[in-house]
Amino acid sequence: MIVAERKPMDEIFQMLAGCKKVLVLGCGGCVTVCLTGGERQAEMLASQLNLAAKAKGEAMQVDFDSITRQCEKEFFDNLSEAPADYDAVLSIACGAGVGYMSEQFPKVTVLPGMNTTHLAANVALGIWEEYCRGCGDCMLAWTGGVCPIAKCSKSLVNGTCGGTDKGKCEVNPEMNCGWLMIYERLKELDRLDEYRTMRPLRDHRTDRGNGVRRLVLAEMTEEEAGDE
Amino acid sequence: MSNEPVSNLQRDLDSGEFVVTAEIGPPKGTNIAPVIHEAEEFLKGKVSAVNVTDIQTAVMRGSSMVGAKLLFDAGIEPVLQMVTRDRNRLALQSDLLAAHIFGIRNVLCLTGDHVTMGDHPQAMPVYDLDSVSLLDAMCKLEAGTDLGADMKGKANELDGVPTFFKGCCVTPCADEVDPQVIKLEKKVEAGAQFVQTQAVYEPKVFETFMKKVEHIKVPILVGIVMLKTAGMAKYMNRGVPGVVVPDAIIQRMTDCEKPDREKVSIEICGELVSTMKDMCQGAHLMTLGWDHCVPGIIQAAGLA
Repeated sequence: MIVAERKPMDEIFQMLAGCKKVLVLGCGGCVTVCLTGGERQAEMLASQLNLAAKAKGEAMQVDFDSITRQCEKEFFDNLSEAPADYDAVLSIACGAGVGYMSEQFPKVTVLPGMNTTHLAANVALGIWEEYCRGCGDCMLAWTGGVCPIAKCSKSLVNGTCGGTDKGKCEVNPEMNCGWLMIYERLKELDRLDEYRTMRPLRDHRTDRGNGVRRLVLAEMTEEEAGDE
Repeated sequence: MSNEPVSNLQRDLDSGEFVVTAEIGPPKGTNIAPVIHEAEEFLKGKVSAVNVTDIQTAVMRGSSMVGAKLLFDAGIEPVLQMVTRDRNRLALQSDLLAAHIFGIRNVLCLTGDHVTMGDHPQAMPVYDLDSVSLLDAMCKLEAGTDLGADMKGKANELDGVPTFFKGCCVTPCADEVDPQVIKLEKKVEAGAQFVQTQAVYEPKVFETFMKKVEHIKVPILVGIVMLKTAGMAKYMNRGVPGVVVPDAIIQRMTDCEKPDREKVSIEICGELVSTMKDMCQGAHLMTLGWDHCVPGIIQAAGLA
């Protein structure tokens, strides 16, 4: 799932400067699951903003709403109020939601209330850890299911660097060394030859090296074209 | 490829003599002349080659290329260190061509400390290549092609082909040494012809490591980092992965008077080299700016 975290309040206030009427819009997708950008968080943020505006003596009215997903057009039909009635919509969806909504409502100022960070698994109560970087060329088959791109801070593909120490990474002593995890896992699976094998150079075109990426399901796009 | 050595370092290692290398780092700023002058005074003629660090510990400073070129011009054979942290495959290959054009032959391939360890922690960590693929890239250049290909998928041909003596690093005292050994095997498979190790202060651990890599037939130079204070030793134990300074050594640094520190540190380095010299093919002395101590260490090790 996609994880996003709330931006600092100061930054949000800076973005909203001069706005008299603001809609905080939650999203029912990933950010609801990681408890940062759903309906409840939209309600809480709106009330925090109202209180803060009052305390500062600013005349700002903040409403809230939430829709099933901000990354699909049809769900915008379920908005209670027209976005154009607001000076700004503060979206607390991930960046895809903010960007897509902005595109759908060209005359509306859509602002990001969140910083979108990573693709995660819910590893413990209240903890969502990165497991995938969306590199476009999955290597988990030969790394014992541990991703060197996401779990190694240098995204190395040929093994540990010299910065591994007692199972931890030089970048942060709290963080496991991704390559040591791969090594242990491959040893456990009796597949250490995978570690010994020289890996080809990465092709960054599958990552971000070739511009905007899109998934096109030909059958569906053709069907759609046939219907018209 | 012929077996003729391409550098003095390679020739010295081929000869089977115990080889000593030293290391300098360009300054943060343009004032590089004193560094080169010190190398001329204390290292020239004393060591086989002198490494030049590449933005060491991710702290911005002059390039290893300029340091290596100036050493070369001063008649001192350089080892150009190259990390994969800051440049992608285009820039690294381009710099390898530049190095050869400048007369530089010895190149040490390193992954490089992460940018967050240095003084520009916001910078983008590149790591397009790693130490293994950089070695492989050097072999391709030596074979007259690069890492790219033309529209038909045919490897690009070079107009003028470089030659290198290719090195790599390993951490012999890492707490988990087996993955390090496999990585070293990969580096050698990728073309590494010599190894300069991370700092070693534990000859017994190094001996065990050398037994583990007996099957790897490239010369290994044991890394010796000069301790300047007991505090530095403690810092290394806390903060430098795979480096363990035993208490006895820290105690010797603690017990000596400040004016004697340099002398004691030279003795420690000399003893380490002399204890380990029959286990490996050379020593790489990292004096962290105290170049003037190199002749003393060589003498203390009984090599002079």
